[in-house]
Order: sequence, then C-alpha cells, then structure tokens
Amino acid sequence: MARRQPDPSDSPKGSFLPFRHRHLLGIAQLNQQEIIDLLDRAEAMIPISRQRKTLPNLAGKTQINLFFENSTRTQASFEIAGKRLGATVMNMAVRTSSVAKGETLVDTAATLNAMQPDAIVVRHGSSGAVELLSQKVECAVLNAGDGAHEHPTQALLDALTIRRHKGRLNGLTVAICGDIANSRVARSNLILLGAMRARTRVIAPKSLLPRGVDQMASEVFTDMRKGLEGADVVMMLRLQNERASGKLIPSVREYYKFYGLDAEKLSHANADALVMHPGPMNRGVEIDPAIADGPQSVITQQVEMGVAVRMAVLDALLNKDADDA
Amino acid sequence: MHKPILIENARIIDPASNTDMRGAVLIENDRIADITQGAVDGGPDAARRIDAKGMVLAPGLIDMRVFTGEPGHEYRETLQSAGRAAAAGGVTSIVVMPDTQPVIDDGALVEFIARHAEATTCVNVLPSASITKGTGGQDLTEFGLLREAGAVCFTEGRSSIQSTAVLRAAMIYANNFDVPIVHLPAEASLVSDGVMNAGALATFRGLKGIPTEAETIPLDRDLQLALMTGARYHAAQISTARSAELAKFYKRRSNAISVGASINNLCLNENDVGSYRTFFKLSPPLRSEDDRLALVDALKRGVVDVIHSDHDPQDTEVKRQPFADAAVGAIGLETLLAAALRLVHSGDLDLTTVLRAMTSRPAEILGLDAGRIAKGAPADLCLFDPDYPWLVEEATIRSRSRNTTFENARMSGKVMMTIVGGKTVFEEDAFA
Repeated sequence: MARRQPDPSDSPKGSFLPFRHRHLLGIAQLNQQEIIDLLDRAEAMIPISRQRKTLPNLAGKTQINLFFENSTRTQASFEIAGKRLGATVMNMAVRTSSVAKGETLVDTAATLNAMQPDAIVVRHGSSGAVELLSQKVECAVLNAGDGAHEHPTQALLDALTIRRHKGRLNGLTVAICGDIANSRVARSNLILLGAMRARTRVIAPKSLLPRGVDQMASEVFTDMRKGLEGADVVMMLRLQNERASGKLIPSVREYYKFYGLDAEKLSHANADALVMHPGPMNRGVEIDPAIADGPQSVITQQVEMGVAVRMAVLDALLNKDADDA
Repeated sequence: MHKPILIENARIIDPASNTDMRGAVLIENDRIADITQGAVDGGPDAARRIDAKGMVLAPGLIDMRVFTGEPGHEYRETLQSAGRAAAAGGVTSIVVMPDTQPVIDDGALVEFIARHAEATTCVNVLPSASITKGTGGQDLTEFGLLREAGAVCFTEGRSSIQSTAVLRAAMIYANNFDVPIVHLPAEASLVSDGVMNAGALATFRGLKGIPTEAETIPLDRDLQLALMTGARYHAAQISTARSAELAKFYKRRSNAISVGASINNLCLNENDVGSYRTFFKLSPPLRSEDDRLALVDALKRGVVDVIHSDHDPQDTEVKRQPFADAAVGAIGLETLLAAALRLVHSGDLDLTTVLRAMTSRPAEILGLDAGRIAKGAPADLCLFDPDYPWLVEEATIRSRSRNTTFENARMSGKVMMTIVGGKTVFEEDAFA
C-alpha cells in the first residue's frame, strides 16, 4: 500500500507537532498541517492496534464515553482506542427523553467534571451540544458526533483510509452521495477534504441538499452518474428510513433507483475508485450489497482505521507531556 | 404633585410636528406646560432647572412589543422589573404581550394587568389581548369587552394564526371596534424545526434553517386580508428584504396597514449567531446582511413604521442549552435607543426618522395620546446624550433576565433622564 511519504520516526513517540487544542470539537478548528499530523500519528498507531498491544501512554488517565445517542460502533471504537493506550474507560449510558435532553446535558457536564476525568467523548443529537459541554468542564472533550454538525474522527479515519490507498488526498476527486442535509459525516469530510485540497462533490436529490452547500463542496450534482464521472473515491451516506417515507423522498425504491450505488452507477467512477460508507449500512437502500462487499469496498478497513485515529486523537489531547519531551 | 421641571438648552426633537430646535420644555404636574425656542427668561422659581446642553429631548419611547413573565413566569421578569428596564432605556410606554400564563384573553385579566402595573410599575403599561382564546388560533376573544377593559391591540404574541379563515374573521370583527390587529406572520409548516436563518451558515453549523418564505407567504396573506377587510393591521415583525417589498406594495393601497421590525433585525445579522450563541436565537431569526440593509432602507422610506425592542426575557436555564433546544428571544428595553442610535451614527438614518419609529408612529397606530412634545401633551419624555460612550455589561442590566444580544457591546448614546407623567423615573448617575 502506498504511503504518503517515507517517515523516519514511525513510532507513536515520534516527533509530532504539539497538539495546541484543548478539545477536538470539529475538523473546522484544524489547519492542514494539524490534519496531516493527526493522520501521521494515526498511521503510527496502526501497528500497535494490529498487534493488539497496549501502550502506557494514558496510564492512570480516565476517559468517559458519554453517548446521548446510541452508537454501538463508535462507542466501542473509542473504548478500544482508550484501552489500547492504557486509559481507564468508563461508558455512561445516558437515557434521555427528547424533551429534557438539554437539561441533562449541562447538569451531566457539571457532575462528570466533579469526577475529574481526563477526557470526555461525547455524542449528542443537537448541533453545537458538544461545544456547549466543553465550556462546562475542565478536561479534554472529543466530539463523537453532534447533530448534523461534525463528526471529526469519522472524517479523519476516512482520510486515513483514502491516504493509505491513494497515497495522497491532494487533487483526488471525492464524491459524497446521499443525505447531505442531515449528515455530520458529510460536513466534517467536506471541511477536511477541502483543507487538504481534494476536489469534493456532493451528489443528492435536491430535497437532501442543504442551502449553501455549494460553499462547502467544489461541485454539486443531482445526477449520480454525472457526479461519479472521474471520481477516485465514492462515499455513501446512510439514508434514515423515516426520510424516505414521503416527506423528502417518495420511496426507498425510487431512491435506490436514482441514488443507490450499484455496479452500473459505480462504473461511471474511475476503475480504481474506492467505495466507502461510515456505517451502519442500509443494504439495498443506498448501496447494493454486492458493491458493499465487493473488491472496491474499503468499508471494513474504515472501521479498523477508526481505532487508530481515535488512539491518535486521544494521545494528542491527553499525552501532551510526551510531545514536550 | 411633583415640582415643576424646566429642561433648557436641549435639542428638542418632536417627530410628530417635524420639530428639531434648540429650546426649553417646562413640565408642570403631569403635562408639558410650555415649549420655548432658544433661551428661557426667568421660568418658575420653584422649578428644578436642568441644563441639557448637548443633549436631545425627545418624546418618551413607545415600545409596541414587550414580553414580561407576569403573570406566570415572574422569575423571568415582572411588570415592575420590565418597567425599571424601560425607564433606563427611555421607554415611557410598553405594550405587554398577552401570551403569558394564563393568556390575556379575558377582560378581567386585562384589568388585572392594568391595575397591577399601576401599583408597581413606573412606566405606562398598555395591555394587549390575544386574538384567539388561549392563543389557540381557533376561537376569537371578546374584542369589544377586552377593548373596554383597556386592551390597546389584539395579538397572538409569539404565535401566529395558521388558519386563514380565523385570521380573516378576526380582521372583519376587529373593524367593529376599530382595534388594531398585530400579527407575527410565520407559516408553521415552513418554520418547522428550523432554528436560524436558512442558508450557508445554518448548513455549516448543522442547524435547521427557517426559510424567508416562512414569513413572506403568510405576510402576503395577511396583507391581502387587511386590504380586503379594511382592518387596521400591524405586521408585528418583518425580517426579510422580500417582506419589505410586499409591505411597500400593500401600504400604497391602504393607510390602515403598518409594519414593525425588531431592533435586532435592524442591527444584527445571522453571522452574530456565531458559534451557537443562543442569545441570538430569535423569532423571526436574524437574517442575511442584505435583508438587514433592506429593512434599514425600508425604515428610512417609512415602509417600516415602528421599531420594537421585542423584549423577551428568558432565564439561563432555558438559554444554556444546545442551540436547537434553547428558548427563543432576547431582552431589549434598556438598549433599544442606544442600539437604534447605531443606525444614526452609521449615517444610514437621521435622528428624527429613528425617533419617529419609536414615538409618534406607534402612538398613531395604537391611537394613543402620547409620543409627542406639545403643549398640553402628557409629560412623557426622554432626555439622552446622543454620543455618550458606554459598554453594555451583564452586571448592570436591570431586567431579571440577562439574555441580551448586546452583551459587552460598545454603545454611543445613553439615556440620561426619563420622565413619565411629569415624574422622573430614571436618572443616569453620571448625569445627576
């Protein structure tokens, strides 16, 4: 697999930039150099993760996973990442009624802060909620997805997956297809890929394209075949079933016909195009199962990169002494 | 009876009579006893003489859109605390909105507000009543009885009537009693779960947008109904350039139509929402800079008649929330004039135009004996230094709630003295 550049210090204790942020709330807070640095850090974590080794980097530190929305995958990924670095990881199951969820947020923040954790990993259904929580605590806060705003570790793991296959991000054509309007994954990816000077395209029916999306993506398409023309990467997004019941999309079968990724549509992209999906997939809704499991798919690799990226981010945020040394 | 007050050497601006002159005003009891151009010889010996050199003496401001927490949410704001905030802002009359708990939809409740305000509040409190029972948007309230009880206008406050038939019936019936219908045009199905102006900024922040057509479509409907029924109609708050165009079109065809805009929509835009700052979550939402400029221009041309503070106290509990979950609204009484003066200092508007929108125009729309400086008129006055520099600080806010859109804002222009019915209800420390 092509590497970005030969890296003399391929160990996690290599020379990385000191991470100047207290929290990771979104890709928008990072500049290009910081993105590259986090990807390099993640690259160095892959062998550790593969050998199922545990590093002592975060020994004695406490990481709390606070998920206001259910996400078995992301939560497990953060948990494994923390444990591989030696942190004590605690999962807080937050049961919320939709009415009282904001109240719980600030209250919970104060309560958790009193427990003196070193990091809180938060997922919340409201855009900006993680930033609000970060203002109420003294420890590092990692955004594991807030509303339709950002999901920074997803964008980083996607970028790492692409970079490992293509050797670069700069100049690649990346098509993001599906429910752009409601997707934090799309936003974080557009910001990251834009910062890395990739060519970004969004493909969706007009009812799933938010206003002003042309200011976030290089090109906007409603015709999937045209949008996939010359693409190096095809990122599919999950379509929530409730959106395909007549409000925004008349039916699943109509959506699949025009926006589901099948072999014919994929043939419009470059022959070596990667197929990606942040999961969980709706097979037969946004993607043909044969494509999801096909030779161009890197979907399971994305999951693997997720652990490495989260290890890198936790290490960057919590192990700052090592950077100084 | 209060001691007579003689305010001299002031720049007297009375938009109702297009007066802008140097002179003096003598206040005796609760009325304006005399107005003199230039210097005064003598004057009553017993009078308190105030040298207002460098200051503007204007009619006390009339704020047509004020929410308090009384009755029902007194911890947010009482009539008394709203009155103190108003006095500090040069506002001498406030129209209080009916969507309290309970909703002001019965004559006895209007009388309660009036009576309670009389006993506790230092400015004139003008109760409004709801258009429909419980602001439910269905059944009309007793306009006649409510009018007799003292309601100055009928409005749903924060709510908007969705049924065109109900609104039409309200306008037709309001004609019987010659009362103004004040209505916020907002199409609920388009506002939906939107929380800020629809556009690139909302998209970037991952927030649901409120499209401009959520306002322009019901506004067009309201204005058509006003034209057909001949009702006195006041569009409570417009926020978009297209709304201003619509208002201009219909206002040419009817004198009974008037339009208001919030000081927030005139001074701020969607960029002020910044990083999920919930104090800037408003209804209507802050729009684009183009929309804001169109509103300022509409104010200049008289298409927008009235500036409202849209004072809406909300406590920390409901504001310290993720943006989508946070309460809507901002306080505005204390900063109304200072914020409006920004539009003067920027060179966009002249002082008389800005003051007219907060004095004589609201008085005309509501049919009040107020909002002017004339011999024999009620002595409701506002004396301000148009250039006095100050900083809006949370700690000094008089409202019970602190949700201001102007926190830490630098202002030029401050109210030095406010007089209601001949009585001094506010005097700036620096001045006294």
